[in-house]
Amino acid sequence: MPAFRLFWRQISALIRKELMALIKDPSARVLLLAPPIMQTMLFGYAATFDIADVPYAVVDLDRSAASGELLARLDGSGLFQREATLASPSQIAPLVDRGDVLLAITIPPDFAAKLEAGQPAPLQVILDGRNSTTAGMAGAYLASIVNGFNRDNAGSGATGGVEIVRRAWFSPNLESRWNILTGMVAGLAMIQVLMVAALSVSREREQGTFDQLLVTPLTPAQILIGKAVPSILVGLMQSTLVMAINTLWFHLPFNGSLVLFYFGMLSFMTSAVGIGLAISAIALNMQQAMLYTFFVVMPLMLLSGLITPVSNMPEFLQIATYANPLRFAMDLVRRVILEGAGLSDVAWDFVPQLGVMVVTLPLAAWLFRHRLS
Amino acid sequence: MTSPSATVIVEGLTRLFDGPDGKPFRALDAVDLTVRAGTLTALVGPDGAGKTTLMRCLTGLLRPDEGSVRVLGHDALREPQAIQDRISYMPQRFGLYEDLTVQENLDLYADLHGVPQDVRRDRIGRMLDLTDMARFTARPAGKLSGGMKQKLGLACTLVRSPDLLLLDEPSVGVDPISRRDLWAILADLIAHDNLSVIVSTAYMDEAERCDDVFVLNGGRVLAQGTPAELTRQAQGLTYTATPPPGTPARFLQARLIDAPERIIDAVPRGGDVWFVRQPEAPEAELGALLGDAAWHPRSEALEDAFMLLLRQDQRTPHPAPVEAEALAPTGNSGQTDDAPEIRVRDLVRRFGDFTAVASTSFDVRRGEIFGLLGPNGAGKTTTFRMLCGLLPATSGTLEVAGHNLRTGRARARSAIGYVAQKFALYENLTVRENLEFFAGAYGLGFLETRRRVRAVMAQFELEPGLLARTLPLGYKQRLAMAAGLIHSPPILFLDEPTSGIDPLARRAFWRSITSLARAGVTVIVTTHFMEEAEYCDRIAIQDAGRMLIVGTPREVRDAAGGGGDIDMNQAFIAIVEQARAAEAQGQAAA
Repeated sequence: MPAFRLFWRQISALIRKELMALIKDPSARVLLLAPPIMQTMLFGYAATFDIADVPYAVVDLDRSAASGELLARLDGSGLFQREATLASPSQIAPLVDRGDVLLAITIPPDFAAKLEAGQPAPLQVILDGRNSTTAGMAGAYLASIVNGFNRDNAGSGATGGVEIVRRAWFSPNLESRWNILTGMVAGLAMIQVLMVAALSVSREREQGTFDQLLVTPLTPAQILIGKAVPSILVGLMQSTLVMAINTLWFHLPFNGSLVLFYFGMLSFMTSAVGIGLAISAIALNMQQAMLYTFFVVMPLMLLSGLITPVSNMPEFLQIATYANPLRFAMDLVRRVILEGAGLSDVAWDFVPQLGVMVVTLPLAAWLFRHRLS
Repeated sequence: MTSPSATVIVEGLTRLFDGPDGKPFRALDAVDLTVRAGTLTALVGPDGAGKTTLMRCLTGLLRPDEGSVRVLGHDALREPQAIQDRISYMPQRFGLYEDLTVQENLDLYADLHGVPQDVRRDRIGRMLDLTDMARFTARPAGKLSGGMKQKLGLACTLVRSPDLLLLDEPSVGVDPISRRDLWAILADLIAHDNLSVIVSTAYMDEAERCDDVFVLNGGRVLAQGTPAELTRQAQGLTYTATPPPGTPARFLQARLIDAPERIIDAVPRGGDVWFVRQPEAPEAELGALLGDAAWHPRSEALEDAFMLLLRQDQRTPHPAPVEAEALAPTGNSGQTDDAPEIRVRDLVRRFGDFTAVASTSFDVRRGEIFGLLGPNGAGKTTTFRMLCGLLPATSGTLEVAGHNLRTGRARARSAIGYVAQKFALYENLTVRENLEFFAGAYGLGFLETRRRVRAVMAQFELEPGLLARTLPLGYKQRLAMAAGLIHSPPILFLDEPTSGIDPLARRAFWRSITSLARAGVTVIVTTHFMEEAEYCDRIAIQDAGRMLIVGTPREVRDAAGGGGDIDMNQAFIAIVEQARAAEAQGQAAA
């Protein structure tokens, strides 16, 4: 019999067995479907940085037509809710301390006069920095309203400097959700794949079936392939599921090529499975495998740019992100889905993933036989 | 019935469980039993007889469905706490904390049982003396050998001084030397502490040491009495048969055990076969069955009576004899020849600076049954794992079926079948799915897989659609065998295959092994049941990593110095102790 037919016959038996074990266990079946659906829904609705009805206080020492117009713009934006109108700046502190207001605006007495004279007219804004993300958002919104005010004043003939604001194409309100949901296509699938792969060998070790597998003529490479393929399939299924929810439920666009998307996912899942199987081969039991998985999932997620951009991180962490396949998968997925990027645009995203595979997969295969209890 | 000196009085005890098929079955069925104070009482019976359920009812952990249980004068239903305050119970798997040291485990159990500080020191000291573990107090429990763990479990159970001690199969998986130590501890406690002990066991030599024996089967008490009273039931039915020279005893044994209408039981013993005839079968009829073997009556033993009682009971399942010839490897003559199937030369395995196996050499011929024996931690598991290719050797040569294990591992592995000590197949797959997977892993084609799966399922009477998880222990064992034989290997490795299974199932199991060997399969087996060494053509005894002796059971017995009078158990202990004494002397001289 040709050697390759024997080779594939043995591997396909293993793949079939792995898939059967995954699908036949009702609790495993639920675990494959429920978390991605639930988490995509949760992230889609809950994980948004967009704000509305920010409580604020104002001290208007100018009481001019100009200050009145600015405040009217704030109140009319729907983003800000005036909680208090104060007589003196000294009243601000207790309100911010108690958390009654997120920001307080002080309009100086010479506000209108300076505007008239064409000089810069500073506004004092106090933000509650305890919640820096929301405060930053509120500050940015406030700035954009003030800019609008400036622009309109400029249009009416005044000499105040016009600032150019770069706006995202999509409404700011939607942008953070889109960003996170596309990231989830890679991120959620990775968590599940890591888990499935990490448990696949350690479960067999714990239940004693791994010895039974090792006494068969299966080579480490065959075991590796037989263990990796089902996990990769699970990962592809998961990312498809998340993507389907994104497009069908949250109406995200899909601008790129499906073939490129799946090719990217295949590469990413393979590198994630490499990490998972290496964990699995190191762990002596399922408990250890779970622990190690949680240990790597956190840094992988944080260093991926899912929530905070990689360019904001200190230099040494930015270098560390090159070992993180999720970072490049996320970049690839976002660009393919939202930008419609082609292969030449995202080709470099494959290189670090390939590096991870080259290290983790042989390591896992070697550990199958050399990790002794 | 209610004598004042009775420790335990059980009347009409019935306990139901839900079976795997969802139907309730009676684990205990109207059991009556009285245990006298200050005695050692044994519960014996096959798996599923209700021994563990009975023990748990006595502790008050399980509520009986019907009947009454009185322990030490308290009703188990109404006052379980009063009972639990005065008894100690060691379940089959005792909960030692593996990361804690021996001392910490003992202290922890003393704390849990609220043993006062002043008593504690003496008690723990005495337990350490009895178990001979004072040297190991700083060692983590997880690093102890199986026998030592069991002794530590007993010591932890006894950190307080109970009135009644319940032990559930304390000697499963324990080697003969540790087993002897364990029983010496019990004897000491009964003599000095006026303790009552109830112990369940699968070893008849252990039951023989007890004052009273209860034989359980299918949830009922089949018989009770002193060992002598029970033994007498087999009077006049027991014989020894000597096969003609040149014929292995197991051939004769197989022929006898395959005739259940005339023969109750047959086991190889010292080159002869000990057998028990059916009471209805007249002696005259035995001649035809025995052929040219010489035979004569012998005195009966407790095991003979036990087998007689079980075989006569309607509830005992009768396993069909396994005709494993159909499973023989293709292209084998079926004859034992001198070509070594396994060659081991100067095999060494070190873990760090600890030598688990020291320079070991032996050959196993084709069609031979080769037994690997040794105390817990002697290195036999390490040797075994190296032979199957699960563990690389530090140095030395290992050849299996003509393939060097260093260079041709995959080819060597395809020539062996392996049955692990613990059931190690996929529990949430069915019988058929398990077998099909292993057929595929060994590279069998579609048609070949179908043919072999059908053959082994028929051979071992396996239901294809049942989930492996739901199989009873004996059937799990069969499935493991079926998976190991799926690719018709010329060599079969069995790691303590009979650990924890009862004498009936062990007989059936060995019946299939001997017929496989007859068909030309080479069998390597490790076991803790020394009488099972009698089925082997040759055995090797290891201790502390060294090979002490390799030879036929008779040669080993002769080397032990006891001639034909001692059993394998005694021979084993003698050989290991001689070697240890020589070692100690050698060290003293140096």
